[in-house]
Amino acid sequence: MSRVEIANLCKHYDSVTALDDVSIAFEDGEFFGLLGPSGSGKTTLLRALAGFVVPDSGSIRFDGQRVENVPVHRREIGMVFQNYALFPHLTVNENIAFGLSVRGRPREETATRVDAMLALVRLEGLGERKPRQLSGGQQQRVALARALVTDPKVLLLDEPLGALDRRLRQEMQVELREIQRSTGITAVFVTHDQEEALTLSDRIAIIDRGRLIQIGPPREVYERPETVFAAQFLGDANLFRGTAEGDRLRLGGGQVLRTAGRSDGIVVVRPEKIGVYPAGTTPTTDNCLDGEILQAIFSGASVTYRVRVPALGEIPLLAFLQNQAGDVLAPGARVSLVWSAAHTVPVAP
Amino acid sequence: MTANTGRWIAKTYLGLVLVFLYLPIAIMILMAFNRSALYELPFVFDTVWFEALAKNDRLLTASFNSVVIAVVNAFIATTVGTLAALGLARYSFRGKRLLQLLLFPPITIPWLIIGTSMLVFFFWTGIGRGLHAILLGHVALSLPYVIVVVGARLASFGPQLEEAAATLGATPWQTLWRVTAPILAPGIMAAALFAFAVSFDQFVISYFLASPGTSTLPVEIYTSIRKGFTPEINAISSIIILVSMGLMMLVVRHFRFGGER
Repeated sequence: MSRVEIANLCKHYDSVTALDDVSIAFEDGEFFGLLGPSGSGKTTLLRALAGFVVPDSGSIRFDGQRVENVPVHRREIGMVFQNYALFPHLTVNENIAFGLSVRGRPREETATRVDAMLALVRLEGLGERKPRQLSGGQQQRVALARALVTDPKVLLLDEPLGALDRRLRQEMQVELREIQRSTGITAVFVTHDQEEALTLSDRIAIIDRGRLIQIGPPREVYERPETVFAAQFLGDANLFRGTAEGDRLRLGGGQVLRTAGRSDGIVVVRPEKIGVYPAGTTPTTDNCLDGEILQAIFSGASVTYRVRVPALGEIPLLAFLQNQAGDVLAPGARVSLVWSAAHTVPVAP
Repeated sequence: MTANTGRWIAKTYLGLVLVFLYLPIAIMILMAFNRSALYELPFVFDTVWFEALAKNDRLLTASFNSVVIAVVNAFIATTVGTLAALGLARYSFRGKRLLQLLLFPPITIPWLIIGTSMLVFFFWTGIGRGLHAILLGHVALSLPYVIVVVGARLASFGPQLEEAAATLGATPWQTLWRVTAPILAPGIMAAALFAFAVSFDQFVISYFLASPGTSTLPVEIYTSIRKGFTPEINAISSIIILVSMGLMMLVVRHFRFGGER
């Protein structure tokens, strides 16, 4: 359990920039999500924390101590790999005990610790099995127990739930979060799954092409994206371009949107913030545009509308609605789209 | 064609293949127990050729040489080859691709040519001929096989297990002994068997590098045959076949080759 701090981290592979001046402070006991598309450098960052990647420049500190030159096996970390990387020739008990065994801890202490870990991940009674006799979710738990048994300074997780099916993934998300809370360990995990990042993290960082795009609590980053990339990567976003006039944005068609603060000509609106009403029954709100339903996608609890809006040209506007009334507007219906200025967020290109 | 006739054809085919493979060996073993030196029938059971073999010092010494060379060769080639395979699989260095490429031609170059070149080279460098030269030649010959077999096993699991061991605090040495080696064991076992077989089977190179008076079993058998065939050869061959088949079955039973981690 430690504070982990990276500063001005850079890493180049030939002509590819994997990390470009990245600085993040991971607070003690924090669950931190690194989010980005594949090839963004998030995995390089995680592997630099682990010690598999030596940065070209910059510093990595565990509780103030610089560790860039400390080899992996002396960094006191725990890591959960995407495909678990359990030792196939060892039993579950032996897998979990591995970290203690290489440190030469006494047999009794090791056995006690292993039992405690098995209980923590709710695998009591499976200690004598080999990894291949376990389900994916169980293997995942063994990997977690194995990584935690040595009380590492930081727990690193590389796409920890990526290999599980959707149902199991959601269960494991809750469990992972509980285990992290109960142990109070500082945890950094990498994912390309935005929902997973939002669900699990105390804070997230969005990374793209080696650069840190935005960092903050999930809600803040989701509700107040700072760039077009952040807005579009984390969930869906409707993008409006126009000319800024104070707290307003004049669109190409002449309509004016009220925005949440000054913009540089681009604002985003999340699809679930937009109300869709039959044309003419408009309640008074900050922003209102007319449109025509192109497509209604019914998915049980919610309905997604793709709406043609003259101000957006060819790009359809997306609106997500809870299925409260029970009726779905048909394609071709003329509608009014309304939302508030507070949800009209200015972003940088 | 029904599924039944298909299965029938497949079974017959398999039967024919097995007959083709084992009939000559069976006949040879049978003849080792036949009293007649000239393969005369009817078959009269006798162990006279085994008794003769027990007194044939040349054949026995050659057999002993062969086993010693094959065992030592298997040990050296497997050790060196496993380390080479580890290096090639887990590290990147200048000239690695070229090195990998150069590993394979020796498998396809005719032994006669390799034997000749080794003879010339060993003569020129002063290594000379004899059992030590034979051993050197066999090690060089077995290395590519070991590297290929162990390399295939290494490729079946990525560096992730070794990385996982490192994150858990294992030193590179501990990782090698506790993770890499145990997982690699079936591959190493298979490679050692290969190396043993390559050496034990080897005639051409041994023949070229043997000095007068010292030789290996294949060379000695060849020399005996030239002088006139005796069923003692059948006797020693039968022993070798039974021992090597037993060894093979033992290994197959206890180590699963390839797949299945």
